[in-house]
Amino acid sequence: MQLFHRIARSEHRPISFTLDGTPCVGREGDTLLTAVLTAGTAVRSSEFSDAPRAGFCQMGACQDCWVTLANGERARACTTPLAAGMEIFTGTGAAA
Amino acid sequence: MTGRPQPLVVGAGPAGVRAAEALANAGLRPLVVDEAPACGGQIYRQRLVDDGRSTRDLYGSEAPKAERLHRDFAALARRIDYWPQALVWNLREGMADIALAGVSREVAYDGLILATGASDRVLPVPGWTLPGVFTLGGAQIALKTQGCAIGSRVVFAGSGPLLYLVAWQYMKAGIDVAAVLDATPLMAKYHLLRGLVLAPDIVLRGMRFAAELRLRGVAIHYGIEDLAMEGVTRVEGVRWRQGERERSLACDGIGYGLSLRSETQLADLAGCAFSFNARENAFLPQRDISGRSSVAGVYLAGDGAGIAGADAAELAGERGALALLEDRGLPHALERAADLERRLSRIGRFREVLEAAFPYPGHWAKCVADETLVCRCEEVSAGTLRQSVRDFALDELNRLKAVSRIGMGRCQGRFCGAAAAEILACEIAKSVDAVGHLRAQAPVKPLPLALKPGRARTAAE
Repeated sequence: MQLFHRIARSEHRPISFTLDGTPCVGREGDTLLTAVLTAGTAVRSSEFSDAPRAGFCQMGACQDCWVTLANGERARACTTPLAAGMEIFTGTGAAA
Repeated sequence: MTGRPQPLVVGAGPAGVRAAEALANAGLRPLVVDEAPACGGQIYRQRLVDDGRSTRDLYGSEAPKAERLHRDFAALARRIDYWPQALVWNLREGMADIALAGVSREVAYDGLILATGASDRVLPVPGWTLPGVFTLGGAQIALKTQGCAIGSRVVFAGSGPLLYLVAWQYMKAGIDVAAVLDATPLMAKYHLLRGLVLAPDIVLRGMRFAAELRLRGVAIHYGIEDLAMEGVTRVEGVRWRQGERERSLACDGIGYGLSLRSETQLADLAGCAFSFNARENAFLPQRDISGRSSVAGVYLAGDGAGIAGADAAELAGERGALALLEDRGLPHALERAADLERRLSRIGRFREVLEAAFPYPGHWAKCVADETLVCRCEEVSAGTLRQSVRDFALDELNRLKAVSRIGMGRCQGRFCGAAAAEILACEIAKSVDAVGHLRAQAPVKPLPLALKPGRARTAAE
């Protein structure tokens, strides 16, 4: 299941990444948020209640879409462009 | 030039671009710092890559303005310094701390124009943290700059002009719009008739959006109350009350917002005096019609200083730059300044009309159920806030923050501050202007842990 539905760029160059270990494909021009939410339904879970979150403002203000990358770095999904080989962890199993 | 530090413009939306342009035209070399990878702000935000859609597809009737702004900014390239994807995270006495490419740089400036923009104003409702619920602005950005819909059957809820614009844009893009839920009563819309004189094109466009939505069979419900988003791991539906009737709809995406709120953190760090603005129902940095703040050499322009829209932002950006030039003793166009002020006043009068047509439902926060989360970051509920107010006999918002952690999370109160103020005011039976506003703190947004200190930079002109 997914949250986002593409209406453009569906044929752009594919960019491979993994979401919680599952191989996924985004498209050139994607932010991490778009890449994750066209493949799954959440980008993280709340550190307080464990509830799933998928961002909110999409303009770098609410800070609700921070994801963890394989190298331990954290990235704000809505303002970070997708790059090939990124390993993104949501901790929610959202890609299932 | 004298070797004085260069002026700093924060933001490259409509206000920041026009400010930079006016400074450059006067022979100064401003540094423009913007978080986005390209200019345009949120309203004229650009795609990361071309996607075959026209600018008309992206920006609608405002496409010529967007193209002009992008083109004019590109033409400034050799006359300004421009740091995209950079964050001004602190301001101190003529010095800015700027994070750029993993390095924090200290930059001295002489003259500061803050064009920091706005984001959606929201109040908490049950289920608003569910995946699939986004702000109206967020829903629009997904469509405009990522070519994605936030769902396959989408409801738009809230109030303000953006409600109808985004619903219409989704419908035009071929997405199933399940309903428009307007928090304001239909009667309030008659105020728009007054706006026909001040801004006929904007009012008629808004009426056309609503008419076309209806023609395509999109239900528009006015005066909705008790809005709630439902679902377990993602949004599955929406519930609301209309008079005595409880209603609900299935959907897999919701765009929600109650007009806009100004991004004022940097004005606060710059030491600007704030006062309560009744029209915006918020504390805003004080400024005069020229954009001068209470601090010498600090100018405020665009939605970051009070919501007035993109056209006003372009005018205010230029006007603020002229004020900076005048205060530096440089030649400046007096007649042009007066003309800009006249046009800004006219837009200001139209803003009054819009606020009357889309009144802010502050009572939603007062009535919000105890178990509803007010703070998305720290997950502070309305009940916790009310309990804190009672337990500690609080009457000021920053004390409520210290006790409850409201506004202390990653977003620094951007999305909970308005509601927290309403809840506090309601608990102590005071008006919302009597409880203060959340003080900004550096860094104004989260910084990467690995941020390296850089060398101080004093760019002379």
